[in-house]
Amino acid sequence: MSQTQMQSQSQAEAPRVFTETETPMVELRQVSRRFAKKLDIAAKLARRLGADVREEIVHAVDHVDLRVRKGEVVGLVGESGCGKSTLGRIVAGILPQSEGQVLWNGQDVSTMQGEAAKIGKLRRQMIFQDPYASLNPRMRVADIVGEAPLVHGLTTRANFDTYVDEQMRRAGLDPAFKRRYPHQFSGGQRQRIGIARALAVAPEFIVCDEAVAALDVSIQAQILNLFMKLRRDLDLTYLFISHDLGVVEHLSDRVVIMYLGRVVEEAPTERVFSGANHPYTQSLLASVPRIGNRKRAFATVKGEIPSPLNPPPGCHFHPRCPHAFDRCRVEVPKLREIAPGQRSACHLNDAA
Amino acid sequence: MAETTTAATAAAPTLEVRNLQTHFFTRAGVVRAVDDVSFTIGRGKVLGLVGESGSGKTVTGFSIMKLVDPPGRIVGGSILFQGKDLATRSEEEMRNLRGNRIAMIFQDPMMTLNPVLRIDTQMIETVQAHEKVSEADARARARDALGMVGIPSPDERLKSYPHQFSGGMRQRVAIAIALLHRPDLIVADEPTTALDVTIQGQILAEVQKLCATTGTAMLWITHDLSVVAGLADDIAVMYAGRVVEFGDVGEVLDKPLHPYTHGLIGSVPSRNKRGEPLRQIPGMTPSLLNLPEGCSFRARCPRAAADCIVMPELHPWLPQRLARCHHPHLEEVAAA
Repeated sequence: MSQTQMQSQSQAEAPRVFTETETPMVELRQVSRRFAKKLDIAAKLARRLGADVREEIVHAVDHVDLRVRKGEVVGLVGESGCGKSTLGRIVAGILPQSEGQVLWNGQDVSTMQGEAAKIGKLRRQMIFQDPYASLNPRMRVADIVGEAPLVHGLTTRANFDTYVDEQMRRAGLDPAFKRRYPHQFSGGQRQRIGIARALAVAPEFIVCDEAVAALDVSIQAQILNLFMKLRRDLDLTYLFISHDLGVVEHLSDRVVIMYLGRVVEEAPTERVFSGANHPYTQSLLASVPRIGNRKRAFATVKGEIPSPLNPPPGCHFHPRCPHAFDRCRVEVPKLREIAPGQRSACHLNDAA
Repeated sequence: MAETTTAATAAAPTLEVRNLQTHFFTRAGVVRAVDDVSFTIGRGKVLGLVGESGSGKTVTGFSIMKLVDPPGRIVGGSILFQGKDLATRSEEEMRNLRGNRIAMIFQDPMMTLNPVLRIDTQMIETVQAHEKVSEADARARARDALGMVGIPSPDERLKSYPHQFSGGMRQRVAIAIALLHRPDLIVADEPTTALDVTIQGQILAEVQKLCATTGTAMLWITHDLSVVAGLADDIAVMYAGRVVEFGDVGEVLDKPLHPYTHGLIGSVPSRNKRGEPLRQIPGMTPSLLNLPEGCSFRARCPRAAADCIVMPELHPWLPQRLARCHHPHLEEVAAA
């Protein structure tokens, strides 16, 4: 295993250099998203009568900073309930944030108006996890793929068929199937339809939310290869959300790790896998089953992921952290640069 | 139990499946979901049964439990549990075995748990279904089982309902129920697939410990090669209803014989150079309704030749290594 890893590192092409000063394509500044469960009539009544009933608020995303530069693939990793999908939706512009700013090419999205706002939104597209739920079962493939470009004037009625054919071919689908409905396709092919739909409006930035999680290994490889080919051909930028560290390691230039709504670590991919700093990242890496492992004791992180309804105070990871001390229980650690390009939110870095 | 069977128990492996065939007789035709599956699991051993969706791995698990419902039917082969064929057992005998000597863990723990009953009710019921014990003793057994799978404060948790547990905890309860009678065999169907990695790691660690200490044999059905790599002793790879390769986990994963296993392992991202295209298997899994003649992997196989039109047998190419292929990757094994 270690041998192959070394080999792959030495032979890998030189990583693309991104300067710190260039304007990121997408930037989030202190973005938060809260979901509140509204009180129903009975609860409101009870509260009026003096009962201690409060709205339940989930901090799905809690003051997150994120920068994605043009041409970069950023992997966003975390376990269920960490807010990675919510963050992805905010980035894609299909879910408004409760607080903070989203910048597109340096411009605040909320200040963009009219045509500029529309185009800004169109340039950011999303590919979803479930290829069964994300396609309208009553629409033919041609309409699923072609509806948006037609509405946005990227093609005309007259050229519709050629345009759709081209989009389908690019995603590895046979255009002969364009009169079919989604249920006539397998999972991998449906994911290709989702990809064709996203690419049909000529986006520059794609959010892939667990886009290969539902697929078998051999199909997953086909789709990942397609993602990489499209990146080269169309000069795309990706935010690749996944819980699968193997996939993220393979694809990303930079990895961002989230835990319960906060970013805990951010670093270039090699750095995360060779020198993870945050205890959560370290335990996550230790828990991942690897095909090179043989009949060995699985490493375990103690405890469970706390409920986001009632997260622990201070550092969210402290109840499970083997190195937690008093300060972790009261003070939220800040995301600080600890090495070039590597940022981590852990009090241990101050002690050292 | 008669003397002869006791003697057989000592010698025979916990489970031996021979040429198992389970077909579904649908209106669209006969679906050969499982068509010639053979493997053995020894006492205290873990066998990883690996395959992609539709390869028949779950139906194999259900066939062993004899839980296949019409239009499905076991049409051939034998399932020898401690040397005795399950196929010949009556439904009542099977009911005595299930949950007692053979237990099953499902992907979704809510398949095991009744949402409207407290955990203690369900666990005590399970104990008393197979053994004449007092409720107090049964409760003690239930509590111990919960403790064994790593559930904190088991006494209080016994009084909870399933919805009060998280997904990982619920799966632990399902495993605890499976362990209540210290079964000789556990059939686990993708039990950690729906869980987060850190929780999956915890459960795998518990399972590993349990198999080693109790001597329970385990059939671990999964699509995840990495889980099998760390957990299992042996591995059986399924493709289109058949076992195509069987052998020691380390040997199969390092030097696969069958081109399908080879392709499957090659397509795992960590086995590839970062940023390079992943090796992929061309094409798709064929429909089980309409399998090609001969080797079912033929159309996708880079090593296919004219003789692949004849279905290959599961052949022992190497000691303890079986592969269903006319042209296995023997040269790579020899080179290593």
